[in-house]
Amino acid sequence: MSERGERISRLVVVGNGMVGQRFVEALRARDRDGRWRVTVLAEERRPAYDRVRLSAVFDGVDADELRLHTPDAGVELRLGEPATGVDRARRVVTTATGEHPYDALVLATGSYAFVPPVDGTDLPGVFVYRTLDDLAAIRAHARGRRTGAVIGGGLLGLEAANALRLLGLATSVVEFAPRLMPVQVDDAGGAMLRRYVEELGVTPYLGVATTALRPGPDGTVAALDLADGRTVDAELVVVAAGIRPRDELARAAGLPLGPRGGVLVDAACRTADERIWAVGECAAVEGVCHGLVAPGYATAEVVADRLLGGGATFPGADTATKLKLLGVDVASFGDAHGVTAGCLDVTYTDPVTRSYAKLVLSDDARTLLGGVLVGDASAYPTLRASVGGPLPGPPLALLAPAGGPGAGAGALPAAAQICSCNAVTRADLDAAIAGGATDVPALKACTRAGTSCGSCVPMLKQLLDAAGVRQSTALCEHFDLSRQELFDLVRVRGIGTFSRLVAEHGRGRGCDICKPVVASILASLGTGHVLDGEAASLQDTNDHFLANLQRDGSYSVVPRIPGGEITPEKLIAIGEVARDFQLYTKITGGQRIDLFGARVDQLPQIWRRLVDAGFESGHAYGKALRTVKSCVGDTWCRYGVQDSVGLAIALELRYRGLRAPHKLKSAVSGCARECAEARGKDFGVIATETGWNLYVGGNGGFRPRHADLFATDLSTEELVTLIDRFLMYYVRTADRLQRTAAWIEAMDGGLDHLRSVLVDDALGLCADLDAAMARHVDGYSDEWRDVLEDPERLRRFTSFVNAPDVPDPSITFAVERGQPVPARGAPPGGEGRRQPVVLGLPEVRR
Amino acid sequence: MSPTVTVRWTPVCPLDRLDLDRGVAALVDGVQVALFRTVGGLFAVDNLDPVGGAYVMSRGLVGSRGGVPTLASPLHKQVYDLTTGHCLDLPGVTLRRHRVRCRDGLVEVRLRQEE
Repeated sequence: MSERGERISRLVVVGNGMVGQRFVEALRARDRDGRWRVTVLAEERRPAYDRVRLSAVFDGVDADELRLHTPDAGVELRLGEPATGVDRARRVVTTATGEHPYDALVLATGSYAFVPPVDGTDLPGVFVYRTLDDLAAIRAHARGRRTGAVIGGGLLGLEAANALRLLGLATSVVEFAPRLMPVQVDDAGGAMLRRYVEELGVTPYLGVATTALRPGPDGTVAALDLADGRTVDAELVVVAAGIRPRDELARAAGLPLGPRGGVLVDAACRTADERIWAVGECAAVEGVCHGLVAPGYATAEVVADRLLGGGATFPGADTATKLKLLGVDVASFGDAHGVTAGCLDVTYTDPVTRSYAKLVLSDDARTLLGGVLVGDASAYPTLRASVGGPLPGPPLALLAPAGGPGAGAGALPAAAQICSCNAVTRADLDAAIAGGATDVPALKACTRAGTSCGSCVPMLKQLLDAAGVRQSTALCEHFDLSRQELFDLVRVRGIGTFSRLVAEHGRGRGCDICKPVVASILASLGTGHVLDGEAASLQDTNDHFLANLQRDGSYSVVPRIPGGEITPEKLIAIGEVARDFQLYTKITGGQRIDLFGARVDQLPQIWRRLVDAGFESGHAYGKALRTVKSCVGDTWCRYGVQDSVGLAIALELRYRGLRAPHKLKSAVSGCARECAEARGKDFGVIATETGWNLYVGGNGGFRPRHADLFATDLSTEELVTLIDRFLMYYVRTADRLQRTAAWIEAMDGGLDHLRSVLVDDALGLCADLDAAMARHVDGYSDEWRDVLEDPERLRRFTSFVNAPDVPDPSITFAVERGQPVPARGAPPGGEGRRQPVVLGLPEVRR
Repeated sequence: MSPTVTVRWTPVCPLDRLDLDRGVAALVDGVQVALFRTVGGLFAVDNLDPVGGAYVMSRGLVGSRGGVPTLASPLHKQVYDLTTGHCLDLPGVTLRRHRVRCRDGLVEVRLRQEE
């Protein structure tokens, strides 16, 4: 019963960009009484997406992965219905199709790309870089073209330049200021950035204006004229010369605007009309527009609070920025240009690691005012959180690249903002930790810290450490060590057996967790056949019988078919084996053939036939490399640009038998059409005109994930070296059953760290990893051939130790679609068989 | 309360056919039995996985939990106490045990039938 008699009010939100969406979520999260009925009018036909990560689309990320919008029954989202006017007297917003009355109106119209008044910007082939549709148009136009240029060398311009580069265009950047990213970095930082950019093959033209865009014979843009008389070839041009607030609705409605445009609002984000508010890039908060997402989110929070009766005000803009441009980390925060009176600079230039850093300090050198980092931005999270407060350590220690964030988050004061995207302070995080959050995912869930750009995640770990929360890495009750620690121990001490390892470094007799882990470590280090001696007792049944256990106690057999290429003779051989042993036959997702329903005692006979026909183990039973799938490649395909089949076979033969913490899958596609689905694999390769792109960390399964682009345009030799290192580093350092995606995610520094280890050899490991892989390749032999040649090993393939000639009577078949399948119901000789008990246990998929 | 019907001892195999901590299956009077040799002695249990319903227990991994010798189902990894047959992960589920001994280098099994 509503004694307060509050009625439901109508709220109209114009715009469904990042800030508009954030505002709606913030309001809905707090409006527990349902005071507001929300209508959102969106210009674009797709719901809110992460514009900050727009360029990820060119790295192959699906547009769907950028989606920010989650459906909410309490919000009416009207896509493709932009507001056309606001009638303040009647309190309605008009659109092309109707009117939407409001009690409160929030403008979240964002900004548009500023296009300088230069001839030719209306030519076909000239684009802005703002929406997913813009990117789709750029991609379409780039097809078959060779040159591109970006007007504007700022943050967005360099993103666009990278996109053009990834699309295969020879790319130029024209910037009116004398350095790249003039707003964020100083001259020295700009110079370092320029070297990186040039090395990537992007040509900068600095300190010069574009005077005209000229068409070619086909009427589309062909070149830029520069003010100094030079001409730049460009069959595709992106204009990224800044943004302007979209204030036309407010202007037409007679609302006051800011001195440089934007809907003028006060610190409460309210316009001169008390029912109308503005958030994000369209708002001129006390006269100033902010073009970054963090201040935009702050305005969203302020208005959500105000509409529910709160008194929040805009806290001031944090203009700190950290981004990766063209593979280079660039960060800028606080007073980056040192405009504070009497301030001091500490700069650090390292031509070897190619990093540049500058700290701006107060005149007494005690307070951090701001800074610039180029090349290595690992100190950014700590430094940004320290702005305005005492330095968390000596300046050089803070900047030294190898040391990372010198003093760490533990030295920061309680008020320091750790996550600037979501305005989470150290005090918030400490409270969450005290309240029982014991790991990073828990902290993310209860504070939202680290859920936007993720740059503060290392600090979350440091805060957990500082609070004395220790994450147990113990493998199981028998070992206090993690898999990685066990691996190093076995490798360094040369321990060759489980019993010695558990006696010297563990306790008890092992279990189904630690035994297979140790078996896998021993196999990775190449200490003999997986079924030799004591190792046999460590293996899961799949590894023990070199086949895959099925639900009825029978096994399946998968011979290796490298790259999915197979001769008719071999296909016939598989068919004959399946027919003669009455095996159910199915084509797998990895382009090979699975034969089901084999009894243990049949496995050696089946493999005798397969080995004679030229097959070898497919390791479908192991935590090991499974397949390297391929498309048909340029041998046959009209679109292929490289021999994907040849490479897939070479990779599969190179890595066959490699034991790992989890199964490994791979694929090679011969062109960007990606028919082999390489991005769904742990390591995937996609052909380019000039070489190969390597993607890592993808998987299908329970949580499908696309692989991330790791390196581009590699020669075959470079590619193989990188994959060698990637796999060996994974084998050595991942946790038990941790797939590559989770392994990379859990790494401090993620993909960047992985690149620094595998490409730049930051840990000095590469020679060791290369040698380990060489040993694996040289030491490979087919496990099934080895078993067939050894009577001792063959002896265990019997159903019954006291009746070797009796087949297991419990394995019986029915026929379905012309093939044998397990017979259901009570097994023969069944003495009171129990019915399966399902207790909601997670199924462990091996 | 359920009386144990004693059946005869059946010789199954020489002791050296049992690898340490690795099971084998034996057929004893038509009943599938899983046999194990551990440092703590010999164990015999039903080969039938009471949860999964397949005859696979002889292929499970032997180990220990809190000092108790254990066997894990190879199907879905439920762990059983080899000394009692009780499932340590699912209350109320039990793996039937049989008697086993070694005589003159021969492993012998005597079925235990709860009626």
